[in-house]
Amino acid sequence: MKKRVVVSDVILEIVKWTFLIFFTIATLYPIINTIAVSLNDGLDALKGGIYLTPRKFTLENYKSVLTQSTLLNAAFITVSRTVIATLLQVFLTSLLAYILSRKEFLFRKPITLLFIFTMYFNAGMIPNYLLMQRLHLLNTFLVYIIPGLLSAFNMLVIRTYMNGLSDSFVESAQMDGASYLTIFWRIIMPLSKPVLATVALFVAVGQWNSWFDAMLYNGFTQRLSTLQYELMKLLSSVTNQSQSVESMKHSSSMVTPTSIRAATTIVTMLPIVMLYPFLQKYFIGGLTIGGVKE
Amino acid sequence: MEMNQEGVAVENTPPSKKELKAAHKVWFKKQLFKQKELVLISIPFVLYILVFNYFPLTGWAMAFQDYSPAKGFFDQKWVGFANFMQLFSDETFPKVIRNTFFMSLINLVLGFVFSILFALLLNEVKNKTVKKVLQTVSYLPYFLSWIIVTGIVLDVLSPQTGVINQVLMTFHLINKPINFLADPKYFWWIVGFSNVWKNTGWGSIIYLSSMASINSELYEAADIDGANKLQKMWHVTLPGIKPTIFILLLINIGNLLNAGFEVQYLLGNGLVSGVSQTIDIFVLKYGISLNNYSLATAAGIFNGLISVTLIYLANKAARAAGEESLF
Repeated sequence: MKKRVVVSDVILEIVKWTFLIFFTIATLYPIINTIAVSLNDGLDALKGGIYLTPRKFTLENYKSVLTQSTLLNAAFITVSRTVIATLLQVFLTSLLAYILSRKEFLFRKPITLLFIFTMYFNAGMIPNYLLMQRLHLLNTFLVYIIPGLLSAFNMLVIRTYMNGLSDSFVESAQMDGASYLTIFWRIIMPLSKPVLATVALFVAVGQWNSWFDAMLYNGFTQRLSTLQYELMKLLSSVTNQSQSVESMKHSSSMVTPTSIRAATTIVTMLPIVMLYPFLQKYFIGGLTIGGVKE
Repeated sequence: MEMNQEGVAVENTPPSKKELKAAHKVWFKKQLFKQKELVLISIPFVLYILVFNYFPLTGWAMAFQDYSPAKGFFDQKWVGFANFMQLFSDETFPKVIRNTFFMSLINLVLGFVFSILFALLLNEVKNKTVKKVLQTVSYLPYFLSWIIVTGIVLDVLSPQTGVINQVLMTFHLINKPINFLADPKYFWWIVGFSNVWKNTGWGSIIYLSSMASINSELYEAADIDGANKLQKMWHVTLPGIKPTIFILLLINIGNLLNAGFEVQYLLGNGLVSGVSQTIDIFVLKYGISLNNYSLATAAGIFNGLISVTLIYLANKAARAAGEESLF
């Protein structure tokens, strides 16, 4: 290979690496910094100057987070809503996708349209709030689960995948007299695992990260608060006390709102980071599902 | 099919409309019985979507009423467009629309520029492992909640301990720390770059996959012509992803009055409320906090109508453009 040095190529290399390295640092630094603060003595952290590693190492912040009953309860609620909603949504949305993928189904078109229309409008915050009120879902755990049981978009994603599956298994099962539900449960569900995993991960991340419903519908019920909502409360308390940093310096407690928040942030982030390899594996697949199949 | 054959077999005259209708009825009933399972399963789904997605639409009537929660639907006082008039005579609402529009515009432009730039440069990384690592890092923030992201933004911009102020001070670009979040002139850009931090990596995926499908012969031809890397980027890669950029741009125009509200809600404070309030925050404030359901719903409908119109126009344009590029 002949190698000629072209000036513009060299400049491009420099620009490319500068940008990519800067970008990567900008992405990772705040996260590493939060870890460092969460492992640092609370009062010491207020002096500033903590970058990549803790200066006065302590596990006090985590101890304090993991012994607070409000946070533990919020974690329990968050895990419950995530698991229950994900399982239910994936099962129900794929059942819907399945019946709408059956070409012989007489009401396939109208029902599909009924669902697709919902992607283009939303009644809005107030009518939805009043509906929850009318259904007596305010201040209940079910308000996290019920309004999001079905998603038209996810239904379309799953249905596209199911349409790509070979019909031969279904036909032979029908010959054997298997019911629609049996075919769904025994044949279609197992064959659709990749798309179901993708959808499940997205639903789970969405559930884990949502906080607005906790504030809007269950804001007055502490026992139903979620991790993200608790984190939000910590956030606003930190913003409000930033002026009173001076007074904080004289307090005797080892932990401060800032250090508690850093520790809570890391605890809240951890499941996402742990799921990350799976997210990676499935979402690229999820993005290309539909086009490549068959 | 069957009916036709029967018709032919019995007599040579074509079946009348009535006979056809009757035959269809029989066929329909037979099918309905055969797939009664599908029909039964679909009923709860239809009921669900009617209750949770269609029924709330009746709430739009509130925008034309002087709604009082104590009264029933038919006892409400109808006021025509009074709520809409009030919205636009109010001095806050036009400001709220302006904020929403400019923040969406900034998000749109920054989002496009950074995603495309990141994809273009990452595409030039030839080492597969390095490329994979960089990409993996880049879309991590997409999966973090806005609560976490805004927390990070507050930390980074903090006048006391924030790294941005530290760096600016170190290089003597400023004399004393800037309280970014207390100054209205920075707010839109803070929101814009928060979005860049969270979404650039994710947004670049579609461009990278579009680049991967560019015909490699084009690059070979460019090599033969003696093109350097920059020229290949400009004359081959960029034109190769042009259709993707174009379609995404059109689709995103539909979101021009949809700036989201989480960032603004979480980062906003009394000092910047003049520039931070978006339509959604306005709805939340008037509807939930002040219990003025009618005014809030009117604002929501106004936003919804404009968005739907924009989406419709954008889709139409996208389809027209898509068809054009086919020929």
